[in-house]
Amino acid sequence: MKPTNTADPEYFHRVVDCQYACPAHTPVPEYIRLIAQERYTDAYMVNWESNVFPGVLGRTCDRPCEPACRRGRVEEEPVAICRLKRVAADFKDDVKHLIPTAGPRNGKKIALIGGGPASLTVARDLAPLGYELHLYDEHAKAGGFMRSQIPAFRLPDEVLDEEVDYVLNMGIHTTFNTYVDSLQSILDKSYDAVFIGCGAPRGRDLPNLPGRKEADANIHLGIDWLSSVAFEHTKKIGKRVIVLGGGNTAMDCCRTSRRLGGEDVKVIVRSPFEDMKASPWEKEDTIHEGIPILDNHVPKEFVVKKGKLVGMTFEKVEAVYDDEGKRRLVPTGEDLVHVDCDDVLIAIGQENAFPWIEKSTGVRFTSWGTPIINDDETFQSTRKDVFFGGDSAFGPANIITAVAHGHKAAVSIDMYCNGLNPEVNRPDPHHTLVSQKMGIHEWSYDSIPVTDKREAVPLVDLKEALASKTLEVELGFDVETAFVQAERCLNCDAQTVFTESNCIECDACTDICPTACISFVENGDEPDLRTRLMVPAENLEQDLYVSDTLPTGKVMVKDEDVCLHCGLCAERCPTAAWDMQKFFYTMAKATPDLLVEAAE
Amino acid sequence: MSYVKPKFRHPRLPSNRLGFTVADYDGAISTLCAGCGHDSISAAIRTACFESSLPPHRIAKVSGIGCSSKMPTYFLGKSHGFNSVHGRMPSVATGASLANRDLTYVGVSGDGDTASIGMGQFVHLVRRNVNMTYIVANNGCYGLTKGQDSATADLGSVSKYGDVNGFEGIDLASLAILQGASFVARSFSGDKEQLVPLIRAAMAHNGFAFIDVVSPCVTFNNHNGSTKSYEETRAHLDAMPLDFVPMREEIKAQYDEGTSKSVTLHDGSVIHLKKAVSGHETDDRQAALNTIQDANKQNRVLTGLLFLDPNSQNLNTNLELATRPLNELGKDELCPGSKVLKSINEGLR
Ligand SMILES: Cc1cc2nc3c(=O)[nH]c(=O)nc-3n(C[C@H](O)[C@H](O)[C@H](O)COP(=O)(O)OP(=O)(O)OC[C@H]3O[C@@H](n4cnc5c(N)ncnc54)[C@H](O)[C@@H]3O)c2cc1C
Ligand SMILES: Cc1ncc(C[n+]2csc(CCOP(=O)(O)OP(=O)(O)O)c2C)c(N)n1
Ligand code: SF4
Ligand code: SF4
Ligand code: SF4
Ligand SMILES: [Mg+2]
Repeated sequence: MKPTNTADPEYFHRVVDCQYACPAHTPVPEYIRLIAQERYTDAYMVNWESNVFPGVLGRTCDRPCEPACRRGRVEEEPVAICRLKRVAADFKDDVKHLIPTAGPRNGKKIALIGGGPASLTVARDLAPLGYELHLYDEHAKAGGFMRSQIPAFRLPDEVLDEEVDYVLNMGIHTTFNTYVDSLQSILDKSYDAVFIGCGAPRGRDLPNLPGRKEADANIHLGIDWLSSVAFEHTKKIGKRVIVLGGGNTAMDCCRTSRRLGGEDVKVIVRSPFEDMKASPWEKEDTIHEGIPILDNHVPKEFVVKKGKLVGMTFEKVEAVYDDEGKRRLVPTGEDLVHVDCDDVLIAIGQENAFPWIEKSTGVRFTSWGTPIINDDETFQSTRKDVFFGGDSAFGPANIITAVAHGHKAAVSIDMYCNGLNPEVNRPDPHHTLVSQKMGIHEWSYDSIPVTDKREAVPLVDLKEALASKTLEVELGFDVETAFVQAERCLNCDAQTVFTESNCIECDACTDICPTACISFVENGDEPDLRTRLMVPAENLEQDLYVSDTLPTGKVMVKDEDVCLHCGLCAERCPTAAWDMQKFFYTMAKATPDLLVEAAE
Repeated sequence: MSYVKPKFRHPRLPSNRLGFTVADYDGAISTLCAGCGHDSISAAIRTACFESSLPPHRIAKVSGIGCSSKMPTYFLGKSHGFNSVHGRMPSVATGASLANRDLTYVGVSGDGDTASIGMGQFVHLVRRNVNMTYIVANNGCYGLTKGQDSATADLGSVSKYGDVNGFEGIDLASLAILQGASFVARSFSGDKEQLVPLIRAAMAHNGFAFIDVVSPCVTFNNHNGSTKSYEETRAHLDAMPLDFVPMREEIKAQYDEGTSKSVTLHDGSVIHLKKAVSGHETDDRQAALNTIQDANKQNRVLTGLLFLDPNSQNLNTNLELATRPLNELGKDELCPGSKVLKSINEGLR
């Protein structure tokens, strides 16, 4: 193999598994260390800089970082990255003075359609640059689905309000309670650019299922129903409720039903339990609230008696996988299952809907109904001054993805408004690499990993929780637990940096490494090298770090897979050929200067 | 400075016949200087015991005094051990081996511990063919006491303080062969591919197995002018590679006829010598001594198996001692009673 080019920041970026997996590339280990040091405000600001909604995300994030977390490869469970983010938000001091204000006007005006996390991120990034931002939303307040969909018992209003207001208070012009029914009408107002962050607001229905029309009064589309609950138009539901679907909307629908009078609430889903779209923790929370999940049941009919919904019938299926691993649901041939109910919530997915975008605007769509977008860097549509982001761009995803889109779209809008082509010469991510040496054998961080196990966040008493629509279920970690949980982080941003010219090939690093990461071997091509290391490098998603040829003719090969970042290789190296260096990385943003540099 | 090694290990560490991973043969974290050759030897012993599937609790480590003699703390944390006084490990090893012949003994010593203060004990250990592996971590100096020249320092080698050594160094391998050792090898701490199979063979050998390992002292003897630095050793290294195939295991590797040769140990294990220096025969004491002399003259550090008598009689056999460890003998065996005494006395009349 060729020597690894560590000058390319993407190499060390990939080593920080959590940060790499985070769509907004939040510097996770950095904020976790700050939490351990009780520097909650700093930890919050590191987050805020990257993901705009630390308090919200610390409660609701889909956390793609956690399955990626290295700790999960070394022992059973990853670091509680998401809930530690909440700790930063819970224990921070007042941060208002740290939030940037609107910059001196630059004369440019931007429209933002939809008030969800994508639009708010664009606003956050562009306001300090002096843009005049006009935000439109059909609801009375900003927040998008974070407000209308995510129930208050998961995300209290105060938390959302606080973080939405940090953005709106940068002088954003808001037009609420206004559904934009024509893009042309917006374009007519001669904005310099338009950002469309309208989400994927249409819930899927089962229009052709027998009984659908007759039972309509007691059948509700999940997302419309949740929104109606959030804005207090709907206050109760029947005693017996069926929720159809297996994603997060279904989980929120059933748990909300339990709080609105539903006593016998069931989730009924077509796919097997393991294949359900909802995250494992959402399923756990659902089951904890006494809601059974019936899997492998395909809805067949809404049963109506005397003009009223009385139940549903289902066909039992099993999942069969073909050679390519494609799944088919095959009926088992058992009798149809009848389930009594008073109400049904259909939560089987959402779609994009752009009835308000006229063809004549030049904004074109794919056959899937999503806008044709240049690529997932620029977010520029077929009309150069119109940009998309969030769920509106590629279909339903999650908040952190919407934020990441927002950052990228803001860069594009800023470039476009300055006469630059957002496709070429986009700004590079910001990164630094600094030695963490504090003494001969001393590092700036707690290098030897602790063995404490992951702990679940404590919950309020179940009875109390179910009695309230707004009482937050999760209590969050206290300071002591947060410290222990923070210490579980392996500091993957403390990179092992190798300087071959220093190495005397004494083997000390190989001998000490607790996880057998380092080998000195004859060079070869990658597949061959992977088999010849101390322990074969079977995890192909993890890179090999390869040095140039050493005096004995061998090369140093480090398998990044289960490195503990314990620094022992560097401690035992007599010549400092290894050094532990902190890699700080943030994605390119439109903000004038980075708000928060690597905390020293 | 870290005083503990993290508990986590690679989740896919291979395990040996006993179901142990190499981590089960670990010791405490080393307090030797970073980069000390001795740590590599510790790692090699650990790997050798793992690969040979030796049960850790059936191994006893013995040592004297010196950085090298501290090594046993840093490997085989679940084995027995005795850290004796300077140069006196041979007496302890002899006693232990006589008392419990069933344990595997690994002695670790230094060039000071063996060739200076312990020389008298060492030669008797060799002569008696005590059943053990004896490793000298040879750095040509007294590392622990800040790098004074030792008795194995080569003539003309310059110390860290600038003094040129005016004495001929003792060649421990030649001495051991001369004194009748049944297994003699030399190696280099930086060559685990050779050192690990050598240690495995030494541990399988019945009798005294001696390995002189050049082990650079990074702190006091790794400078220009030293003949035992990493750089100098590598520059003059003439390694004879080998494989060790324990009994019961099939030989998988392919060896070229002619350039290679194999020796079978008493227990059926095979040492496969992949490339021997021309004319070198491991079963001929005189030839082995000549080969070493030639290499020394040409300034080569000749490493590999130098001499082996696979059918040697160890001390316990030679003295016709009890075939079981003393701690397994019962009262009746240790004190057979007046009848037996009487019959012995009869026999003497
Ligand atoms: C029930 C449910 C639970 C969820 N839970 C989570 C969770 O726990 N964690 C997570 O990360 N994600 C969750 N999501 C997904 C997440 O909410 C979305 O992916 C995210 O909010 C998308 O952000 P956005 O900015 O693209 O648009 P949205 O948040 O959808 O905001 C778009 C806004 O634009 C408004 N709008 C649309 N069209 C117009 C128009 N023409 N004129 C004016 N206003 C308009 C909409 O009403 C809405 O307020 C959940 C989704 C649902 C449905
Ligand atoms: C009886 C006695 N004499 C002298 C000493 C001092 N001393 C300690 S270690 C040592 C030399 C060790 O040299 P070596 O065996 O080569 O070990 P190294 O440290 O080089 O590995 C000496 C002389 C001692 N500890 N005990
Ligand atoms: S930091 Fe060094 S010693 Fe520690 S696990 Fe990683 S490679 Fe091994
Ligand atoms: S410890 Fe340092 S000098 Fe020794 S082999 Fe490793 S990198 Fe090279
Ligand atoms: S002084 Fe020399 S022999 Fe002792 S630990 Fe340090 S490097 Fe090793
Ligand atoms: Mg010495």
